[in-house]
Amino acid sequence: MAVAVQTRRAAARAGGPRYPAWLALPSLAWYLLFFVCPLAIMALFSVSERVGFSSVEYNLNLRNYEDLVDPLYGEVFLRTLRLALVGTLATLAIGFPLAYYIARHGRHKTLLLLLIVVPFWTSFLIRTYAWLIILDDDFPLFDALGAVGLAGEEVGLLFTTEAVYIGVVYTYLPLMVLPVYAALERMDWSLVEAAQDLGDSPLRAFRRITLPLALPGVVAGSLLVFIPLMGEYLNPVILGGDKTVYAGNLIGQQFLTSRDWPFGSAIAMVVIASLTVAVLLYSRLARREAQFGG
Amino acid sequence: MARRVLGGYALLVYGFLYLPIVVVVVYAFNAGRQVLNWEGVSTRWFGEALSDPTITEPLRNSILIGLGNAVVACVLGTALALALSRMRPLFRVPFDALAYMTLVTPEIVFGISALIFFVQIGVPLGVKTILISHVVFNTSVVMLIVRARFVGMGQTIEEASFDLGAGPWATFRQATLPRLAPAILAGGLLAFTFSFDDFITSFFVAGAGTTTLPLRIFSSLRFGVSPVVNATAVLILALTLVAIVTAYMVLRRTERGRPELG
Repeated sequence: MAVAVQTRRAAARAGGPRYPAWLALPSLAWYLLFFVCPLAIMALFSVSERVGFSSVEYNLNLRNYEDLVDPLYGEVFLRTLRLALVGTLATLAIGFPLAYYIARHGRHKTLLLLLIVVPFWTSFLIRTYAWLIILDDDFPLFDALGAVGLAGEEVGLLFTTEAVYIGVVYTYLPLMVLPVYAALERMDWSLVEAAQDLGDSPLRAFRRITLPLALPGVVAGSLLVFIPLMGEYLNPVILGGDKTVYAGNLIGQQFLTSRDWPFGSAIAMVVIASLTVAVLLYSRLARREAQFGG
Repeated sequence: MARRVLGGYALLVYGFLYLPIVVVVVYAFNAGRQVLNWEGVSTRWFGEALSDPTITEPLRNSILIGLGNAVVACVLGTALALALSRMRPLFRVPFDALAYMTLVTPEIVFGISALIFFVQIGVPLGVKTILISHVVFNTSVVMLIVRARFVGMGQTIEEASFDLGAGPWATFRQATLPRLAPAILAGGLLAFTFSFDDFITSFFVAGAGTTTLPLRIFSSLRFGVSPVVNATAVLILALTLVAIVTAYMVLRRTERGRPELG
């Protein structure tokens, strides 16, 4: 009897009664119809041609992609790549010490973490446009900086590339801090102490123990920042004054002003393709680093 | 020593994170018509925002879309979480990939593809198309939160219920829902805020006649920041802050009442 109950329990744990798989069907239908299907139509659009003002002929040619091979667009893509790379590195440089502090020394970790999450979950648009006020020459901060000689009469940051970068770092910082913190939080700090007791300098202990253990978090954070940055739209429009065009803005223009949807779809396809390549390369590099580096 | 320096640094970064939010809130109470020209404290701009139909109408739309989206995303996301929790990896992994993709695809790509789709199949753009698009990524949000809780709390009660002959619906109502309710509520609150705050997706699938609150703010930014815009922004911030902190507290509390996971 007891044996029977035990085997029964084991069976239940392995593959006992459970909720039926058809419960996944409604969401599957929603995903397929409103996510996969639109992306597929967009892919089809990218090899189609605009006819007249707004109709489209599905004639399966690569003309949109050929049009993209142009130094003008090449420059836009390079600029976007630079924004995404610099943005990722900057959020890492600013975010890592913060995550380290919270994980190792933070007193009220829950509160400190909530304080990181709250800005991230509040309106993206509002947090972005707030910088319009802060970067304005008349903002009191610049008067204060000017009084101590750190800023000139005309700072002129608004609607510049620098403004876009400030906005970008600000927007994506929480996305870097959270995964790095999650990785550091699981760490056993006595390892670091042991290494130092055995004669490692703090820097060496950091490089040999903390960094390799934090790597999964750094990888996750970098992807979370890099991916949306490749399609960044709002920061350049609001803080850059729509003067400097990035890939996301180029896509937006095709749909809002030029009304060349097939061409816009082709740009979006290129963004997705380069993202896929970047993610694959990066995760491979990171895996190798985790195996052999450190 | 190093700890002190790091602490000071952390304080600085927190200042950086909150500066924009504080600035918007403070200047929303500026009595003057010029944003940066301080003329004393006043709440007049809140009154003006709330009596302006070009703000209250989008506010109504945003709340309706946010609530409808939260309800649909909760139903879909919870059902998906239950189905996936013990599905074989062969079937589960593609589902997971799909769910994560809805969250990481750059929003502009999702926005334009949804726009093309709705126009091609002839669905008129408006409140309905915004709601449908928001449900896509919010279903994934709810699923991730609910599944984490469902997997964490162990399923012996569910197994007993099934063993004793109860169907999925009876089991859900009697065994699962009471314990899962906080996670579903938290997921729903987050789904609401993500929808309420969404700009890019809504921007592309709203069509000409429909405006949500973020779209309204964006269009008035063309004429620069104004005190009314700041007041509207503070209203949005207040609403989402309440939702976020509630969601966070609900999740924290259920986690603390779960000693087996520490």
